[in-house]
Amino acid sequence: MAVSSVQARTEAFFAERKAESNDRLRKVLIGIVVVSLYPILDQWLGFGLLGSLIPILMYALLAMGLNIVVGYAGLLDIGYVAFFIIGAYAQAFLTSPNSFFIRQGLVPGFVQNFWVAMLFSWVLAAIFGVLIGAPTLRLRGDYLAIVTLGFSEIVPDFFTNAAGITGGPRGIGQIAKPPAIPLPGDRSISFSSTDHVSWFYLLLAVGVLTLFMVTRLYDSRMGRAWQAIREDEIAAASMGIPPVSTKLWAFALGASFAGFAGSVYSGYVQSVYPDQFQFSLSILVLSMVILGGIGNIYGVLAGALIIGSFDRILAVKLTIPLNALGRQMESWPGIFGDLGSFFATHSLTADRFLIFGLALVLVMILRPGGLFPSKQRAAEMKGDDDNFEFDDYETNQTVRSARRKEA
Amino acid sequence: MIAGIYRPTRGEILFNGETIARGSKSLGPHQVTKAGIARTFQNIRLFSNVSAIDNVLMGMHCRMHSLPWHAIVRSKSQREEEFRSMERAYELLDYVGLSGTARVAAKNLSYGDQRRLEIARALASDPKLLLLDEPAAGMNPRETATLTEFISTMRTDLDVTILLIEHDMKVVMGISDHIAVLDHGVKIADGSPEEIRENPQVIEAYLGAGSAEVIARLSGESTAVAQEVSTDVSNG
Repeated sequence: MAVSSVQARTEAFFAERKAESNDRLRKVLIGIVVVSLYPILDQWLGFGLLGSLIPILMYALLAMGLNIVVGYAGLLDIGYVAFFIIGAYAQAFLTSPNSFFIRQGLVPGFVQNFWVAMLFSWVLAAIFGVLIGAPTLRLRGDYLAIVTLGFSEIVPDFFTNAAGITGGPRGIGQIAKPPAIPLPGDRSISFSSTDHVSWFYLLLAVGVLTLFMVTRLYDSRMGRAWQAIREDEIAAASMGIPPVSTKLWAFALGASFAGFAGSVYSGYVQSVYPDQFQFSLSILVLSMVILGGIGNIYGVLAGALIIGSFDRILAVKLTIPLNALGRQMESWPGIFGDLGSFFATHSLTADRFLIFGLALVLVMILRPGGLFPSKQRAAEMKGDDDNFEFDDYETNQTVRSARRKEA
Repeated sequence: MIAGIYRPTRGEILFNGETIARGSKSLGPHQVTKAGIARTFQNIRLFSNVSAIDNVLMGMHCRMHSLPWHAIVRSKSQREEEFRSMERAYELLDYVGLSGTARVAAKNLSYGDQRRLEIARALASDPKLLLLDEPAAGMNPRETATLTEFISTMRTDLDVTILLIEHDMKVVMGISDHIAVLDHGVKIADGSPEEIRENPQVIEAYLGAGSAEVIARLSGESTAVAQEVSTDVSNG
């Protein structure tokens, strides 16, 4: 009797989870369909934004990968861009005719194909994740952050200074792009840098694949181990979860997705050089994860979309009305006139980081879990002392805003 | 030290023929658990924002085998393992009497329930030896009595050796086969409950230096003596 009821409940549990995941799958599919229809809409309405959407999709890839490290395993990695660089350079080494390794005849022909090289870069980035992680993951919190920061400074320096292999500051050009896919008739899908539509769909496919893998990983033995380590490392170790190797898995998988994004990136821009990769990219991606909702992959995607679209689209588009406003105001008296002449020539793209910083501070004060928080992660950040507040996040938000109004 | 949190300075710890620690080298906590020793904590250390059932599943980690790529492709073996583990987790929750609260976050359980969930989580790793660190700490006499009974049924049901550290004499005397008494880190007595009860050194440690004096100055002394009692309940 008791046993059968256990089985029944297990089955019910699985059925419920299946229903939940099907529900989510439906939403995600709708999302994918909407996004994949965008190029048609863009062409139809003449927005011409497709070119800007490609970097945004790359941000989304990076943010999903970083979410494994920071959101799931709770390891603060502020040098994530290093793995992106490694992926990008790996792709360059494997496919560019200028590459040192190809000239030495070390790369077999079949690897020089874009797709194959992409898989190799993916694995290479994961290996580097292990290499960097193994000595550093014994550190915790702030110390880990500092080491990853140092690492992200070392990597571009290495690529600048090892000029014999990497081409130094000039980098490597002529990186392979995906071979054109022939279609019936004379047409084909080609991937030159101006073929925004095909790149858009390529990135979308890679993004969906990443999303699929990351969500499945989180809902497994490994995902539970990450949660346990994040919640209480000593208790997790005492329950038989090996802390270092669990963290290494998170680090390596996170790195591998950055490498994935890096290899697509270098195929897209066709050349890599160290100055392309600023440390600020690490921070930008980290702020997407935090702003969107740390630990909640859909929140993180929203964060990437919001910050990415501000970074790539809005900052440029909003500068035009700002300049127009400035020209109007120039004739006003006193300080307004001065302000106007400042606005008239000012470009908002220069303020990006000021605005991201402000947005982050605001989010941290008003919604510490991010815009779309993972319930569990938000509760952890809040601490245990008044945890009842997060049991019902929405109600709590209403209560708080009511309190604010009273005050 | 047995659990692998602290390293010894010398000596050797053996368990079932396996070396847990030798000299200053020791297995890590997770390896000790894998070897068959599970523990609970004096101050409860559940994964507090995680549901009860997931807590138990996390305790099962070292008895599961699926790897990340199994999870990505959701292979047949991975699905079966998830199902089996989930069943086992429900069984364990039933066993400790938490059948109704599988989906409740651990922090929202009552104190007694949290203690029992911690035991369920420890049992999830199929231990041969279960270390209970002050299981009755912070419990009222009735909860303590239920717990004492639960520990002794658990021993017979699950065929597991239990080592518990406890100050509460009722618990210790009620269920132990073998008791060791520590006073300021020094073992002062070792034997069956009856022997311990008669042991003058134990009485002195508990009631202060010289019972007559204690009776005379009851209030002052008893608090001045710190003691720790370690109890070994072995099987059969």
